[in-house]
Amino acid sequence: MKFDTPAATNPIDQLKVVGKPTSRIDGPLKTTGTAPYAYERHDVVPNQAYGYVVASTIAKGRIASIAVEEAKAAPGVLAVVTHGNAGKLGKGDRNAAPLLGGPEIDHYHQAVALVVAESFEQARAAAQRIHVEYERAEGAFDLAHARETMGDDPEQKKEDKTVGDFAAAFDAAPVKLDETYTTPDQSHMMMEPHATIAAWQGDRLTVWTSNQMIAWAAADLAKTLEMPREKVRVISPFIGGGFGGKLFLRADTLLAALGAREAGRPVKVALPRPMMANNTTHRPATIQRIRIGAGQDGRITAIAHESWSGNLEDGKPETAVDQTRLLYAGANRLTGLRLAHLDLPEGNAMRAPGEAPGLMALEIAMDEMAERLKVDPVEFRILNDTQVDPENPERPFSQRQLVQCLRTGAERFGWSKRNAEPARVRDGRWLVGIGMAAAFRNNLLTKSAARVRLDNRGVVTVETDMTDIGTGSYTIIAQTAAEMMGVGLDKVVVRLGDSGYPASAGSGGQWGANNSTAGVYAACVKLREAVAQKLGFNSAPDLAGVQFADGQVRSGNRSVPLAQAAGEAGLSAEDGIEYGDIAKRAQQSTFGAHFVEVGVDAATAEVRVRRMLAVCAAGRILNPLSARSQVIGAMTMGVGAALMEELAVDTRTGFFVNHDLAGYEVPVHADIPHQEVIFLDETDPMSSPMKAKGVGELGLCGVGAAIANAVYNATGLRVRDYPVTLDKLLDGMPPVT
Amino acid sequence: MRPFTYERAGSPAEAAAAAARNPGAKFIAGGTNLLDLMKLEIETPAHLIDVNGLSLDRMEATPDGGLRIGALVRNTDLAADERVRRDYGLLSRALLAGASGQLRNKATTAGNLLQRTRCPYFYDTAQPCNKRQPGSGCAAIGGFSRQLAVIGGSESCIATHPSDMAVAMLALDATVETVRPDGATRAIPIADFHRLPGDTPHIETSLEPGELITAVTLPQPLGGTHIYRKVRDRASYAFALVAVGAVVQPDGSGRVALGGVAHKPWRVAEADAELPKGARAVTTRLLAGAAPTPENAFKLPLVERTLGSVLAEAKG
Ligand SMILES: Cc1cc2nc3c(=O)[nH]c(=O)nc-3n(C[C@H](O)[C@H](O)[C@H](O)COP(=O)(O)OP(=O)(O)OC[C@H]3O[C@@H](n4cnc5c(N)ncnc54)[C@H](O)[C@@H]3O)c2cc1C
Ligand code: SF4
Repeated sequence: MKFDTPAATNPIDQLKVVGKPTSRIDGPLKTTGTAPYAYERHDVVPNQAYGYVVASTIAKGRIASIAVEEAKAAPGVLAVVTHGNAGKLGKGDRNAAPLLGGPEIDHYHQAVALVVAESFEQARAAAQRIHVEYERAEGAFDLAHARETMGDDPEQKKEDKTVGDFAAAFDAAPVKLDETYTTPDQSHMMMEPHATIAAWQGDRLTVWTSNQMIAWAAADLAKTLEMPREKVRVISPFIGGGFGGKLFLRADTLLAALGAREAGRPVKVALPRPMMANNTTHRPATIQRIRIGAGQDGRITAIAHESWSGNLEDGKPETAVDQTRLLYAGANRLTGLRLAHLDLPEGNAMRAPGEAPGLMALEIAMDEMAERLKVDPVEFRILNDTQVDPENPERPFSQRQLVQCLRTGAERFGWSKRNAEPARVRDGRWLVGIGMAAAFRNNLLTKSAARVRLDNRGVVTVETDMTDIGTGSYTIIAQTAAEMMGVGLDKVVVRLGDSGYPASAGSGGQWGANNSTAGVYAACVKLREAVAQKLGFNSAPDLAGVQFADGQVRSGNRSVPLAQAAGEAGLSAEDGIEYGDIAKRAQQSTFGAHFVEVGVDAATAEVRVRRMLAVCAAGRILNPLSARSQVIGAMTMGVGAALMEELAVDTRTGFFVNHDLAGYEVPVHADIPHQEVIFLDETDPMSSPMKAKGVGELGLCGVGAAIANAVYNATGLRVRDYPVTLDKLLDGMPPVT
Repeated sequence: MRPFTYERAGSPAEAAAAAARNPGAKFIAGGTNLLDLMKLEIETPAHLIDVNGLSLDRMEATPDGGLRIGALVRNTDLAADERVRRDYGLLSRALLAGASGQLRNKATTAGNLLQRTRCPYFYDTAQPCNKRQPGSGCAAIGGFSRQLAVIGGSESCIATHPSDMAVAMLALDATVETVRPDGATRAIPIADFHRLPGDTPHIETSLEPGELITAVTLPQPLGGTHIYRKVRDRASYAFALVAVGAVVQPDGSGRVALGGVAHKPWRVAEADAELPKGARAVTTRLLAGAAPTPENAFKLPLVERTLGSVLAEAKG
C-alpha cells in the first residue's frame, strides 16, 4: 500500500481496540519466565556447545602472535576461532570495525578469538589460556584534544546548514549567549546482553539472537560470511532491551556462526557484561557550542549549534544539532557537525541519537537565555515557537503542539509557584529547584510489511519480522489486527522477529510502532478484501458498506462469521506500507515538555530527583499503557544521563574503564520517586493510516536539561558538563552550618 | 574460573589447618565477593574451604557487656539484631547503606571485612595492577581515579577499601578474633587489622596465611548519637564516594571514621579529640597529609561538608 496522501477516516478510527490501555499480550510469558530469550533457547536445536569471546586488550595496533594450543588442550574444548582460521570475512554495511579483529586491532575489547567448549565454564576457563602478543600503536582517544587540533575542516563545513546571515545577526543582537556544553560517552547497558545461538544445516545458517533489526542483521551476517542472503535465517522473538545497542549485527552473532562452523555443531555465545561497553557500540561523547542572539523582546534572531564528536574510520558523527534546525524560530541560523577521528570503540545510535544529547545542551542554553532576557523559561519557548520549518518556511509541520505541551505541563506541575530566583527554596537538608525543557524528536517513516492469515476458527495470525524490544510491539500489532478484522484480542496471534516473515520497519528511532502497525494495517486491508471477495461482498470501493465487527462480516442484511468466511483452507494476505514524499511536504516531529523538581543536599551536593512530569504530543497513542511505560522508562534513562551515566575514558590507553554495572551507574528504584505522563489528544493523518507517531524516544529528549535547569534553580550553579555530579557543584555550595 | 577442589571444614581450627595444608586455599563464606573475583580470574584459589557450617553464625553478649558477633553472621541479621539497633546503631546503619538486600542476606561479617577493592583497573585483568599482580604497576595512578584514595596511598596503589560495615567497626573499636593453623587464637584490634598499601598492596590485612576469623567483638555500648552518612552518585546500591560514621555524645565529644578515602577505613585519634571544635578542625587532622589526584580532590571538601552536616544532625 502506498501512502502518499493524508489518511482519511478508516477502520482504525473506530478505536474499539486501538487506543485502549491494554496489558501486554506477552506479559504472562514474561512474568512466568517462559518468553524465549536467545541464550536460553535450549530446545531449538540439540547438542549446543558454548562459546566464550576473547577480547583485545589494546585499543590500536596489531596482533603479533596468538597462541591457542594451551586453550585447545584445555578440558572440554571443541574449537578455537581466530582471524587465522575464520576464513575470509567481509564487513557488514553497518559495522565500522570488523567484528572479529586481527591482525589489525581497531578498538579495545574488539573480539580476537572465540573458544568453543562443552560447557560454559570450560569455554570461559580456556578463553583465559589464549595468549595474544600485541604490537601497540599510537591512537587518538581524547575528544577535547582532537577538537583542539583538528581545526576547521572546509569539507565538513560545506555540509553546514545555514539560513540568512548568522554571524551578522548574532553580532547585532542585544542579548546573546555563547556557551559550550559537553555530554559524555554512554553505554546502552540493556539488561539482556548480546546473545546468539547459531546452527548450520549444510550451507544454511540459522541464528537465534537478540536483535532489533532482523533484515539488517540477516543482510550483514550474509555479507560478513560472504554467503547468499537467502541462506541466512535470523530469529529474535524476544529482546531484553536494546536501546540501539542491538540495531546491528554484533560479535556474538558472527562468532557463534563461525564457532558453529568450526566445531561442527550449534554454538551459543553471550557477551559478558564487562565486554559490553568496549566491544559493542555506545553513544559517543559530544562537545557542543551554542550561540543564541535575541532582541529585548525575547525573540531569537540568530541561533547556531555546532557539535563535535569522534568515531572510528567509517563511523558517523552524533547528529546532535538536528533538533536545533526545527525547534525554534529565528531568521538567521547555522548548524553543523564536526567529526574527529578517535580510536575508541564505535560510536553509534543509542535511544534518540542526535536529539538526546543535542537537547541536553540546547535546552540548558534556552534556560540561560531566558534568564538573560528576564523572561520566564516556558514563555521564552512559547514566544519562539514556529509552525513552519524554519529552514524552509513553505513547509509546515504535520502537527505541532509544543505550546500546548508547555502550557499543560506548566499548569499541571505548578510551575507558577516556582521561585525564579535560584537558591531560594529550602526543605530541611535540601535545596529545592524546579526546571523544565522542551522535548522534540523527529518521526521517521520507513516501509514495513506483514502477512495476515485467517483460519477456520476465526483466528487472525499476524507474521512480520518486527521486533519487540520490551516496547509492546506484540500488543499494538494485535490491537491493530483486532481492530481491522473486527475480532477480540483473544482471536489474534502475533508472530514476530523471524527473517522468514515479511520485512518490517524493525525497532529503532521510535519508528517501530507507527510503521509496523501501518504495515499490518495494509496487510489487513488486503485480507478484508479477500474475505469480502470470497463472500461476494465486494461492491463499493474501499469496501464501503462491508463491516467487520464482533467476529462477523456484514453487508446489507447478510452476516457471516469470519471463521466460516475463511473456510477450511483459510485466507491469507500480505502487504506493506510504503511512503511517497509525504514526509517531504510536511515536517513530522513529536513534541513534549518535561518538568522536574530536584533536591540538592545542601552539604554534600548530592542531587536527587523528587518528581517528574512529561507531556507528550505524538500522534495517536496506540496503547496508553505501553506508551506510558515507554515514556517513564525514557525519563528514567534521562535521570541517568543527567546525573550519573558516563563511560570514563582512559585517554592514555584508549578504553572505557568503568565497563561493568558496578562502575557504570544507571538509576535504581530509589532514584525515581514519582513520574507522571500526560498524552495530548492528537492524530496525525500525515504519518500513516494509523495516524500515530513514535513516543519511546521523545520521553528521553530534554529530560537531562530539565534536571540540569532544576539543579540551577535549586543552587544557582550552572553545570554545562554532564553528568551533573556533586563534584561539579561542591565549590559553589553554601557553607555548611 | 580455574578448576578448584572444595571441602567443608569440621571446626574452625580444622579449617585453618586445612588452609595451611593447601597452598593457595581460600575460605568461602557468602561467596558474594570471592565468586565474582574467581569468575574473572582475579582470585584463582586451587582449593576452597567452606566455613558456613562451623556454627560461627551466633551472636552473644560478652561478660564485659559487649557483643560477640560470629564471623558467619549475615549482614542482614546483624543489621536487624535488636541489640545492634539499640546499642550500636552506627553498625546497623552502615550495613544497611551497603550493597542490596539480596547481597546482605548472603554476605557475612568476616567476608565483609575482607572484601576487596572496587578499583576498576583491579577488575580488568588486562591492566597493570600491583594489587592483583604484584610488580605489574598501577594503571589507576594517572588514570581514572575519581573513586580512589585521597590519603594513605602509595606509589604502588591508591585503591580504597569499599566496606561500609568496616567503617562502623573501626569507630566502635571492634576486635577481630581469629584462629591460626596451629590452633592458637588471637584478638586483633580493628585499627590494626587493615593495612595501608605501601609497596605490598596485595597484602591487605594483618591476617597470616591460613588464619581464620571466628568472630568480631564489640566493646560495651558507647551511648551517644550514631550517624552513618554515605555520599554517592545515586540514591542506593553504589559504593561510597565518601562515608562518614560518627558517634557523638551530648557534650560534643565522640568519634569519627571515614570510608571511601583510603586503603582502609580511616580514623585518627587526634581528630576525634577535635570533635567539639567542629568539622573543619576534625577534617584538618583526619586528612592531614592527603594526596588526592585531580579527579578525586573533591573528596577533601566533601568530607568536611559531610561531617559538618553529620555534626549538625547530631546536635539536633
Ligand atoms: C553488587 C555488589 C554491591 C556491593 N555493594 C556494597 C556496598 O555498597 N558496601 C559494602 O560495604 N559492600 C558492598 N558489597 C560487598 C559485600 O558487602 C561483600 O561482597 C560481602 O560482605 C562479602 O561477604 P561474603 O561472606 O560473601 O564473603 P566471601 O565472598 O565469601 O569472601 C570474601 C573474602 O573473605 C574471605 N573470608 C570469608 N570468611 C572468612 C573467615 N571467616 N576468615 C577468613 N577469611 C574469610 C574469603 O576467603 C574471601 O577472600 C557489594 C557487593 C556486590 C556484589
Ligand atoms: S590503585 Fe591499586 S588496585 Fe587500583 S590499579 Fe592501582 S594497584 Fe591496582
